[in-house]
Amino acid sequence: MTALLSARDIEIRFGGVVAADGIALDVFEGDNLAIIGPNGAGKTTFLNICTGYLAPQAGRVTFKGSDLLGQSPRAITRLGIARAFQIPQLFAEQTVLENMLLAAASRAGRLAPFSRLADIPEREDAEAILHQVGCSDVKERMASELPEGKRKLVDIALALALKPTVLLMDEPTSGVASSEKFAIMDTLIGALRAQHVTSVFVEHDMEMVSRYANRVAVWSTGRIQKEGAPAEVLSDPEVIRTVIGG
Amino acid sequence: MIMRIIFPALVLLAAINPLFFPQWDAFLTIVFAKALPVIGIILLLQAGQVSFGHAMFFAVGAYCAGFVGRWMGGGGEIVILLVAALGASVVAGLFVGIFVVRYRYIFFAMLNLAFSMVLFSLLEKFIHITGGSDGFRIARPTFFGQQLSRSDFELGVYYLALVLLVVSIYGVWRLLDSPIGHALKAIKTNETRVEYLGISPRRTLLIGYVVSAVLAGVGGAMVGVFQGIATPDYAYWTRSGEFVFVAILGGAGHVTGALAGSYVFEFIRVTAAAYLGDTWQLTLGVVLLGIILFAPSGIVGSLIKLGNRVRGVKEKRSQSSIGKAGEIA
Repeated sequence: MTALLSARDIEIRFGGVVAADGIALDVFEGDNLAIIGPNGAGKTTFLNICTGYLAPQAGRVTFKGSDLLGQSPRAITRLGIARAFQIPQLFAEQTVLENMLLAAASRAGRLAPFSRLADIPEREDAEAILHQVGCSDVKERMASELPEGKRKLVDIALALALKPTVLLMDEPTSGVASSEKFAIMDTLIGALRAQHVTSVFVEHDMEMVSRYANRVAVWSTGRIQKEGAPAEVLSDPEVIRTVIGG
Repeated sequence: MIMRIIFPALVLLAAINPLFFPQWDAFLTIVFAKALPVIGIILLLQAGQVSFGHAMFFAVGAYCAGFVGRWMGGGGEIVILLVAALGASVVAGLFVGIFVVRYRYIFFAMLNLAFSMVLFSLLEKFIHITGGSDGFRIARPTFFGQQLSRSDFELGVYYLALVLLVVSIYGVWRLLDSPIGHALKAIKTNETRVEYLGISPRRTLLIGYVVSAVLAGVGGAMVGVFQGIATPDYAYWTRSGEFVFVAILGGAGHVTGALAGSYVFEFIRVTAAAYLGDTWQLTLGVVLLGIILFAPSGIVGSLIKLGNRVRGVKEKRSQSSIGKAGEIA
């Protein structure tokens, strides 16, 4: 089985901090890959590299065999890699629905100057995604007015509206009330499966990892310390010591 | 509400005005023509960018109309002058735009200002081509092929300015409701995410910039043709500042703010000049101070708020203020 997204020999350092020192990681089709590791290990940096926001000092990242490094986030998004953010990145002065429609219009290549955004044929789709993540009730609200949990979900919905092949998420449920976390992740993972979206998520909550990931990679001191099925990785004494704490 | 009732009603009033108050025609022609660049400023403000150099396109339009008129002989034809001014401002807008859309906020504002001052100096120094600080005479062109008397011509220009204003306001209003318009607004709040949606912020801003340059250029051509002269002052930074002033006065959150602002600005200028002599700038300064302190969303923004309060509608949009114009009704 060939990897969909593949990173090799990634090296990046910020001053004296080594975030990646020979990272090799593969994402296969249909994966729900969780990346775990101590704070500041470089997990988010990895998402930044895969989406063209940062350039590593060395290494290669390929998507379906073609090189991603040197491409802009915009070009990479168009290739089918979407990203959701740890801190929600929304258009604060537009409504939730307008946020979604803009994403859908971009995906469909509808950036014509005189059609109405509200009338694009993808509207139904966009509303369905909002419904899926449980945000239909706030679609007419300004993005700036939403509570943190909803902002987080709309952020993910925006990425989903791009109909990506791969979705990269940075702590998808941080900030979401813990009573709702699992319900939301259940629908999210269900939606990803239904749309055949491969996902990678950076996560700190080990319960989330064991429930939703099919593979786990442990990122520590700039390397992939361990990789494998959640049950196996999370019970590894070394991983417990460095990441989970105990 | 504004675009369905108030704006059409005002346009209707303006259309019949020459029958009742022909003495206002000249004043209103200037109001309409000078509202065009302000619409452009409002468009850029949607993306959170302020240009302190749009007078350069105003001058490009006016001088272009003058040059083409002289080249055609006898002043030329007004339609051709306007089309030429439009073409010239597209070219100028693209040329300057390619540089300035790489920058944001103060750098965007200052780079625009720098470009406009370069044009101002060129217009002043190339005396043999531009007439220097004396300006460039623009002879009265034919009006849709007709050689009109002065008063008929001015009436014609009045209606032409009104039509251009209506088309521009309606066009930009539609543009702001389109995907590209929403992308412009998104640049203001989260440019990174715009990029992550696969949209090029620079390209989007460039489109908005060229549209705003065209509006300024056509406005400049109308004012130049109407007044019969183009001077380097048309490109001077105080005129760029005036456009921004008028946008804030009228309300940068709605396209019709350009008309409201332009009207009030010219009204204050004319009446203050008549009754208070040389202190009209002082009057304008006080008005601007009042707007910023008490009605930061401008005339139209305040009317929208008032309307909402009267109808008991809870404010749906976030509080708008200068540099944070959120109110698009």
